Amino acid sequence: MKSLKAQNHPLSNSRYELDLLESPETGIPFSEKLTESGLYPLKPTQIEILQLNLGKMCNQVCKHCHVDAGPDRKEIMSREIMQDCLEVLKNQEITTIDLTGGAPEMNPDFRWLVEAIRKIKPQAKIIVRCNLTIILANPKFHDLPEFFKKHNIEVVSSLPYFTAMKTDAQRGDGVFEKSIKALKMLNEVGYGQENSGLILNLVYNPAGAFLPGSQEGLEAEFKKRLANPYGIVFNSLFTITNLPISRFLEYLIRSGNYEVYMEKLIEAYNPSAAANVMCRNTISVGWDGYLYDCDFNQMLELKVSCRESQHIRDWNQQKLNNREIVINQHCYGCTAGAGSSCGGATA
Amino acid sequence: MKTYYDPEDLKKFGKIGEFQKSMADKFFDYYGEVFKEGALTAREKSLIALAVAHAVQCPYCIDAYTVDSMEKGCDEEQMMEAVHVAAAIRGGASLVHSTQMMNKVKEISM
Repeated sequence: MKSLKAQNHPLSNSRYELDLLESPETGIPFSEKLTESGLYPLKPTQIEILQLNLGKMCNQVCKHCHVDAGPDRKEIMSREIMQDCLEVLKNQEITTIDLTGGAPEMNPDFRWLVEAIRKIKPQAKIIVRCNLTIILANPKFHDLPEFFKKHNIEVVSSLPYFTAMKTDAQRGDGVFEKSIKALKMLNEVGYGQENSGLILNLVYNPAGAFLPGSQEGLEAEFKKRLANPYGIVFNSLFTITNLPISRFLEYLIRSGNYEVYMEKLIEAYNPSAAANVMCRNTISVGWDGYLYDCDFNQMLELKVSCRESQHIRDWNQQKLNNREIVINQHCYGCTAGAGSSCGGATA
Repeated sequence: MKTYYDPEDLKKFGKIGEFQKSMADKFFDYYGEVFKEGALTAREKSLIALAVAHAVQCPYCIDAYTVDSMEKGCDEEQMMEAVHVAAAIRGGASLVHSTQMMNKVKEISM
């Protein structure tokens, strides 16, 4: 399967996506809901997390991917931009560095970056969003579990279901089997094991046009079904709602589910989840160094609103702290039900 | 096309209190309480609801609890097994009455 961009699909154009999301049929503007909750304009609380998108290159082509990542995407973060990110980390009180992609490990400077971050921030939480199959994709990646362990990196991995049928339907043929192998490799070096201090969290995205159920209930089921028959252990399950952008939006439209899904997200709007959205304490950095309120805004090319600080080179903490967060109709995805963020439910 | 069952009507379920509020309020409070996590998990309750929806042949409930079961992490195999439970009980309920027929046959036969 090719990326939407490689197919020249209209939905690979962020302006086209936004026009669709902003059309009156989509429902009540998100800004109105925030106003009702006393949250508009949405402002940051404190920047605690720096999420670095190391590139759109990936060994998988998942059907719901909001990045439209895949092997045909060549955009990756250069070492020069990484140096700019390190400068910001040296000078700012950021406690979590979240490395994502694509498959962030495919960036040739991935290991260099992790080592450099660890030198600057020995105590910080470093997260890698590892798609699991990358560990098996090439012998040069087989030692990733050891590398993660050496630098005490928290591993967050997507596994949409505990059966092959649903996982492969979303992430591609054979992904479940490889993911199970990779999880076993992570478990073997101590990840997810009690008292090891090595954190392995899984991410659940619904494989279709429905919302995730209770995080607690799903975590219990995943723990049971992965322990038996696979003998796999992990720490927590994060439930993440699929946002109506990029490939998931393409799926919604193609399957005739778009209107009903949007209606469902809007109906499920939860003010408590809105108060805890991740964009209030996160800055997302694109592969080319531009700054965004979140990874989803990044894919929609909605840069942070403060024009003086839109690139990592021009980082201005004061301007960023006082900015208005850019919102649109896709934001309903983070405020529905129990809420959704890169760290799971928020309400 | 007009039909007796319109999927759009499911959204109006919460508005039945328009004609009789106190009973509707009591019903929905009870309904909410029933489906909370308890001695049974919310997931198990959703599968029971799905099976009952098929037994009572309510299209609204089938739609609602198919989605609900999927949201709670059930897979197609589990959902179909739940429907088979409903089918087995419905089928069994007919067949177990055959004992009455058999009793009667024996009663009036030489």
